[in-house]
Amino acid sequence: MGILVNKDTKVIVQGITGRDGRFHALQMKDYGTKVVGGVTPGKGGTSVDGIPVFNSVEEAVSATGANASVIYVPYFAAPDAIYEACDAGIEVIVCITEGIPTLDMVKVVNYLKTKKTRLIGPNCPGIITPGETKVGIMPGRIHKPGPVGVVSRSGTLTYEVVYHLTNKNLGQSTCMGIGGDPIIGTNFIDALSLFEKDEQTKAIVLIGEIGGTDEEEAAKYISSSVSKPVVAFVAGRTAPPGKRMGHAGAIISGGTGTAKEKIEAFESVGVPVAETPAQISDLIADRIKE
Amino acid sequence: MKLHEYQAKEIFASYGIPVPPGKVATTPEEATAIASQIGKKVAIKAQVHVGGRGKAGGIKFADSPEEAAKVASEILSMEIKGLPVRKVLVGECLDVVEEYYLGVIVDRRTQRPVVMVSSAGGVDIEEVARETPEKIHKYVVDPLKGFLPYEARKLAFKIVPDAKLALKTSAVLKKLYEVFEGVDASLAEINPFVRTPQDEMIALDAKINIDDNALPRRPNIERLRDPDAENPYEVKAREKGLSYVKLDGTIGCIVNGAGLAMATMDMVKRYGAEPANFLDIGGSSNPEKVTTAMEIILSDRNVKAILFNIFGGITRCDDVANGIVEALSKMKVNVPVVVRLTGTNEDQAAEILKKVNIVPVKSMDEGVREVIRLSKGGA
Repeated sequence: MGILVNKDTKVIVQGITGRDGRFHALQMKDYGTKVVGGVTPGKGGTSVDGIPVFNSVEEAVSATGANASVIYVPYFAAPDAIYEACDAGIEVIVCITEGIPTLDMVKVVNYLKTKKTRLIGPNCPGIITPGETKVGIMPGRIHKPGPVGVVSRSGTLTYEVVYHLTNKNLGQSTCMGIGGDPIIGTNFIDALSLFEKDEQTKAIVLIGEIGGTDEEEAAKYISSSVSKPVVAFVAGRTAPPGKRMGHAGAIISGGTGTAKEKIEAFESVGVPVAETPAQISDLIADRIKE
Repeated sequence: MKLHEYQAKEIFASYGIPVPPGKVATTPEEATAIASQIGKKVAIKAQVHVGGRGKAGGIKFADSPEEAAKVASEILSMEIKGLPVRKVLVGECLDVVEEYYLGVIVDRRTQRPVVMVSSAGGVDIEEVARETPEKIHKYVVDPLKGFLPYEARKLAFKIVPDAKLALKTSAVLKKLYEVFEGVDASLAEINPFVRTPQDEMIALDAKINIDDNALPRRPNIERLRDPDAENPYEVKAREKGLSYVKLDGTIGCIVNGAGLAMATMDMVKRYGAEPANFLDIGGSSNPEKVTTAMEIILSDRNVKAILFNIFGGITRCDDVANGIVEALSKMKVNVPVVVRLTGTNEDQAAEILKKVNIVPVKSMDEGVREVIRLSKGGA
């Protein structure tokens, strides 16, 4: 179980012959992920540690039946890679790549809204359903299967939280990093709605940070549509204003974007907000017992 | 990256948006020369990346070239909100009948560009949004279709009743959107956009923020970067692939990952101290990056102790440990260093750190408490 990816997910790696793509393809394979192929235009017919390489996603899909893709190509080639995976009928695309220009992502995301493909990221660590499959770059061994769904805008902060959960014997259904960019394919609400429907998930951890209003929207959604307990964390209480938040963004969202506002939004709908990453596992443990 | 007003106006002009005649000056003599070229009353405006420069005295007027020299010299010796003024824009002072606001931003909620117009120009638009939101008209653009002329007209007619002037406004709005896309802006704004007694419609001010992710493909924009406008250590960090923001506290923080770095700062505050910085050493951690991070943090005299908080995934703890050993052997570090390393190769890392008599702490909580204790002179 878990959400979006499981032991049957067949994954291809776009950019498999690059340094990062190769390294993580092998790491994923070691974890038990069905890595059925890779794509590097011009290197079709070769292989990477026994994984066949194709010239296009379309070829890879027709030869392997892949339904998920993970993208490690450089920022300038990443939008093309996402379009290619979508047009080849891939169901779940995980884009690890950091540094894609925002206006490119605006176009990509709005194109994907007209299709059935789900994009996770960009600029994210990926998604893992512990004990089944790992599609991304997170260290597999800190995870264990269990009842807690984790969704986060961060990478290493998520590892920190998962590490505490696992140490407290609180395994995870699925952990998903949705990415730190302003324009991303999957947001908190998408993740919450998937976790709500997932039978394995009994409680949800949401890790947010300053900027945008995704946390505020998530708080509203939790209050109206999520029956499972949710525990939140918001990074950036001490972050100075103005550095990452353009004032124009604040206009549109009605002056929101600080950690304080996000924390208040969660608390106002009864979602406890942990003060430290370690506290999250305590709050979850209390709620799973209940 | 923020552009200065004079740079934004040059871009506007190149796209055909009317701006007042003017040029940038770095000395009173240059200001005089520009003022006499203009031959009319001029406005002299400080070029610094802060809001509210007018209220801070950074915008003044001069009736003659001689006065322009005097006024420019005053403004060039100012500091506005801690930033020294090194350049002024000397431009024709226009008579203004009406002031409007025109802007384009990327809206994260709709994930689309949003074009905004208001008849309440010339004031802080955030204030307008807060107090009289009905005075702001927004239009969400379909990025697959682009911003069409009819959409620009629709918006312009909402704020400018006169048809002829509305059409002039819609043409500027359309061009503003072209600038927005053409330079990969996250914000392109004209505030105020003014009507003169001669019924000209002119961009009196100009503001453009660039999406940093797009700079590699916009070398012409990257060249506009003003090194004087940034903290020199933030510049150095960026050049080395580190992400650094200076803060005012005493606890130096070196962390891998932005979320964990923020959470570390927050915990420092929670346990009773103030973070000296945000610093993300990024995914890979070669020793050189660690050394640079140490140099940058130690350049801040307020720093009383340093905390490394590393959660090794892709980042290998032994790489970071080697970096710490190298940094400590190369430079004089006269503040305590606390190291927390968890994850990939943490045992090897602990072994490496023995060389410099550092025993890693077991958790982030412990690391933060320990670094605060040592920063206050604890043995």
